Amino acid sequence: MPFITRVVRPTARVVSVRGLANSAVRQKHTLPELKYGYAELEPFISGRIMELHYTKHHQTYVNSLNEAEEKYAAAVHANDVQAQINLQPLLKFHGGGHINHTLFWENLAPKSAGGGEPPSGELSKAIEKNWGDLANFKKTFNGYLAGIQGSGWSWLVKNKELGELEIISLPNQDPVVGKYVPIMGIDAWEHAYYLQYENRKAEYFGAVWDVINWKTAVERYSKA
Amino acid sequence: MQFSSLLFVQLPAFLSNLTNPSGPTPIVASSPSIVTSSASTMAAEAPKVAVAPLEKYMLPPLPYKYHELEPYISEQIMKLHHDKHHRAYVDKLNAAMEAHVKALAVSDVKAQIELQQAIKFNGGGHINHALFWPSLCPPGLLASEPNSAPLLIEALTAQFGSFDAFKERFKVLLLALQGSGWGWLVKTQRNVLELRTTKDQDPVTDDVSVILGIDMWEHAYYLQYWNDKASYVDGIWNIINWELLEARYDGTAAPTAL
Ligand SMILES: [Fe+2]
Repeated sequence: MPFITRVVRPTARVVSVRGLANSAVRQKHTLPELKYGYAELEPFISGRIMELHYTKHHQTYVNSLNEAEEKYAAAVHANDVQAQINLQPLLKFHGGGHINHTLFWENLAPKSAGGGEPPSGELSKAIEKNWGDLANFKKTFNGYLAGIQGSGWSWLVKNKELGELEIISLPNQDPVVGKYVPIMGIDAWEHAYYLQYENRKAEYFGAVWDVINWKTAVERYSKA
Repeated sequence: MQFSSLLFVQLPAFLSNLTNPSGPTPIVASSPSIVTSSASTMAAEAPKVAVAPLEKYMLPPLPYKYHELEPYISEQIMKLHHDKHHRAYVDKLNAAMEAHVKALAVSDVKAQIELQQAIKFNGGGHINHALFWPSLCPPGLLASEPNSAPLLIEALTAQFGSFDAFKERFKVLLLALQGSGWGWLVKTQRNVLELRTTKDQDPVTDDVSVILGIDMWEHAYYLQYWNDKASYVDGIWNIINWELLEARYDGTAAPTAL
């Protein structure tokens, strides 16, 4: 195997030692802090869902991302381009899972902490410009969520090229990248609602707006 | 050209192959149910078919009761999975097919193309689940023992090294799915057994025989196993209908009624 031969060669050993030093410095990804208790989004999202979603699903994305990055670093040091390319889907899936859930926790909030309170300022104006009012925006957004065939997310994004707000859906854990900046997103994977809503996902899409933290969306929009 | 023949020439290939039972026939493993092709029936009969006579796809009844796959798949999962999820695919497929017939009748190509994704997703959902239900059976039945599929097990052993090695390879593939999808064991035209996955509800449409499909959507296991999909996969080997898999393998299984 080319990788092993490389590592045992004296010249390559230097590289691999430096590689070890680098990976010691490189920070591992960790679960971000949740700013509310698991049960605080009830009755809109159950505490059990939040707990599993955060401690199991998100944690698995974080762990698998760290693993994939480690393998990727090894492949880079071994100059193994094939291995790097082979790892890309894993990086995208678990990296996307980590990014998306981190954004998601931030754009949720208990009712007592302002969850569901409509957006203000520039974001509010931009939403009204595109969709007339917030109710129509939500209705349109829910149409995107309902249209996802399989697992995925819907996002309110700013299109940097047009300077306009848009709603988009992305499959699986594909993160928002490129010309789009994420403002707010909703997880439409079955694990996000099934324990509470079972197959009635339209009910979840209706309820989740009561715990959307528009303050973080406004903040993201102001920086977008 | 007669309208009715035009209709079936232009349907997506994987759907024109589907057969529709003339009445609600239960799916029974390897019992040859009477199946009529709605395509040929329609072509032979009325030219005024334009909208009405397209036969509806139906939710196939389960060959066992909702609770009978316990403890490996809970009654609640089975009930929701069959009566809600599968039924929704059937209903939406029927709606899409009806819209498709209307679009054909007025030669609206744009509308037909627009319907393709709905037909693929809901048609795939119907096909995949119709293949899935009879491939499961209550634990403890004779059919649930791999001995009931001597030829298939022999072929699996020859190809994967051992029966356990086959299960392990399949499991790795199933757990690596990113998002919703299915894992498949198929037999190619050259009698080679192959493992593969499809995303979302994409059905297997090429020229192979499906021996077994495993539903890896979260709705298939979440209420019971939560995020622990590995345990769902491990458990499912106790409720596989090997009798039917053998019949699918040797080509004697009746076509899956849709
Ligand atoms: Fe399913």
